[in-house]
Amino acid sequence: MELKFPGSSSGGADRTRIAVAEGAATGAAPTTAGLDERLVQVSRLTRLMQRPELGALMGAIAIFVIFAGFDATSNHLWLSQTGFAAWSQTAAFYGIMAVPVGLLMIGGEFDLSTGVMTGATAIVMALLVGHLHWNAWLAILGTLAFAALIGLLNGFVVVRSKLPSFIVTLATFFVLRGLTIGGVLLVNHGSTQVSLEGTSFPGLASAKDVFGSTFASSSSLPSGYQTAVLWFIAVTVVGGYVLSRTTFGNWIYAVGGDANAARNTGVPVARTKILLFLSTSLAAGLVGIISFTQASSAVSEQGVGYEFYYIIAAVVGGCLLTGGYGSAIGAALGACIIGMAFQGVIYAGWDSSWDFTFLGIVLFLAVLVNTVVYRRAQRARR
Amino acid sequence: MTASQDDPLSTSAAASGHGAGAVALADAPLLEVREVSKYFGSVNALQDISLQVYPGEVTCVLGDNGAGKSTLIKILSGVFQPDAGEFLIEGRPVSLAGPREARAHGIATVFQDLATVPLMSLWRNFFLGQEPTRGRGPLRRLDSGQARTIMREELKKMGIDVRDPNQNVGTLSGGERQALAIARAVYFGARVLILDEPTSALGVRQSGIVLKYIVQARELGKGVIFITHNPHHAYPVGDLFYLLKRGRLMASVRKADTTVEGLTEMMAGGAELKELSQELLQLTAGASGAEAAEVAEIARELAEEAPAEDALDSAEDRLREQHGTPGAPT
Repeated sequence: MELKFPGSSSGGADRTRIAVAEGAATGAAPTTAGLDERLVQVSRLTRLMQRPELGALMGAIAIFVIFAGFDATSNHLWLSQTGFAAWSQTAAFYGIMAVPVGLLMIGGEFDLSTGVMTGATAIVMALLVGHLHWNAWLAILGTLAFAALIGLLNGFVVVRSKLPSFIVTLATFFVLRGLTIGGVLLVNHGSTQVSLEGTSFPGLASAKDVFGSTFASSSSLPSGYQTAVLWFIAVTVVGGYVLSRTTFGNWIYAVGGDANAARNTGVPVARTKILLFLSTSLAAGLVGIISFTQASSAVSEQGVGYEFYYIIAAVVGGCLLTGGYGSAIGAALGACIIGMAFQGVIYAGWDSSWDFTFLGIVLFLAVLVNTVVYRRAQRARR
Repeated sequence: MTASQDDPLSTSAAASGHGAGAVALADAPLLEVREVSKYFGSVNALQDISLQVYPGEVTCVLGDNGAGKSTLIKILSGVFQPDAGEFLIEGRPVSLAGPREARAHGIATVFQDLATVPLMSLWRNFFLGQEPTRGRGPLRRLDSGQARTIMREELKKMGIDVRDPNQNVGTLSGGERQALAIARAVYFGARVLILDEPTSALGVRQSGIVLKYIVQARELGKGVIFITHNPHHAYPVGDLFYLLKRGRLMASVRKADTTVEGLTEMMAGGAELKELSQELLQLTAGASGAEAAEVAEIARELAEEAPAEDALDSAEDRLREQHGTPGAPT
């Protein structure tokens, strides 16, 4: 076999095919030092199997087909635009977070404060617009600034204290959770729901158009698709591009794969990790803005517990829990699987209480598959 | 305080240089440290170490565990700053603030962990931290095509034919990983190459391959610092040998003035080897068949390594003068 497929970690970069140059080593060179011939005998199938997002892609297709079969709605909504709009909306809400959470995981860290962050940022936006009567666009900047602050705090504390990010962000999670209840009760006349007061809110209409609206409505789908879906696609494209095509992406793999090696080669490990925490919190800010502009209100504790969905989506998408390996597109596919599962169960007429059981099983299977893939990629000859 | 300070090396070095670049800089060593010391609290990790590295030469630093090799490497690579003594690059005193600055001066260190990430591809590893890019502003992206080409060419110079630049480093053997790390250091402008125990985790054949890379780097005119505890690896490739023991420089010799046996003796101390051999033989008394034969074989080898009795005594005396009991565990 003389032609090679690009490797798993190139993230679909240039599809260069490299011919095997037998015996082309330089004159005095030790020819025995060439790579072992056995190594070349890797089948195309094996190569394909090593791609981190492959499992998620096959899973997504399988789940789509399964729910098409079990669709119990009168006019087969699952295969209609209505069904597509329904699950893509759910997928978008998880996916906008799953992609940066996946990148962070590839970078070797966790963020458990992401779920509550989506709620906290929605509340910040609601308070800025509804109570302080800021222009909605200014409020968006304020919300993102708040999100950035939390993300930087998470990142700095993790990098400086060298504590596991699991613990640090768990602390952030509880602090924020308390704030979104206690703090909101204090400033919001004893109610945990922050709604708009008054009538005129400058900029809110245009902000809603961009973040919390719908598009592509047609006769077959009067309600259209959620704008959030476009944001989901944008975040996935940017995440995938950054990971596979940029210097920063190289650093993400490196700090998660071996932080010490990365440091020794001059990769700014601390900066890379802090930026990753910043990206998850900014994405949470985006979700908060979207959910507030959709509903024109925000409730304390919304988003709590969602951090696990994001992690599940990333893991299902092939991101390794221990870091150093994974894919942004995989994480997005993982979010699609969750969205399809939640919506599919409704259309199939099943009891949605089983959602969690289903997710648990999917997570377990995904980790099993990933472990096999990881061992293949890691396999060393000594 | 040791024999090395009124050192015969500085005069003989220029004359006996092997590589292409050896003559170019006349007598100024590429890198030199003069009487550097390093303390950790009350521990003298290093005491008055002087060492010179010439272009186109392999300078071997030999020492057993706890001899201070890693502390010395960290000083040379800019990770630690010496508490006393001078650091000179091409005859000019410098003070390195960190590894980055050392690298800017052309000092590259290949650490024992090789600073490679197993789950990343060859080309991503090769350029890690110094990635080639194209495009501007937000469109600035990895130039993966160029990266692959350069990496293949550079590894070819080391005698490795890379078939697949996308292959994960984790699939390489230890020797190949070492070659990748050396080729990377050479490509990024290293003039002084510090190799931290490159052969310690390798089998016989892989070690041989790495030794060839060391020679190859020397032929490119690099000043190579080869840290090892194995005189059998050091002797064939080394030009100049420094022996560390318990944080002090025990001896420094040129290749012409010593043999493998001489190095071994100075390093391990023949007495200890003899003792070990005796102990092993006693052990075999209780053991059975094949196992006993194997142990006996090792014991015999140890006994052979250990030099004659009077040579031992004098070596031991020398050691005792310097550090008290030589046999004490470090």
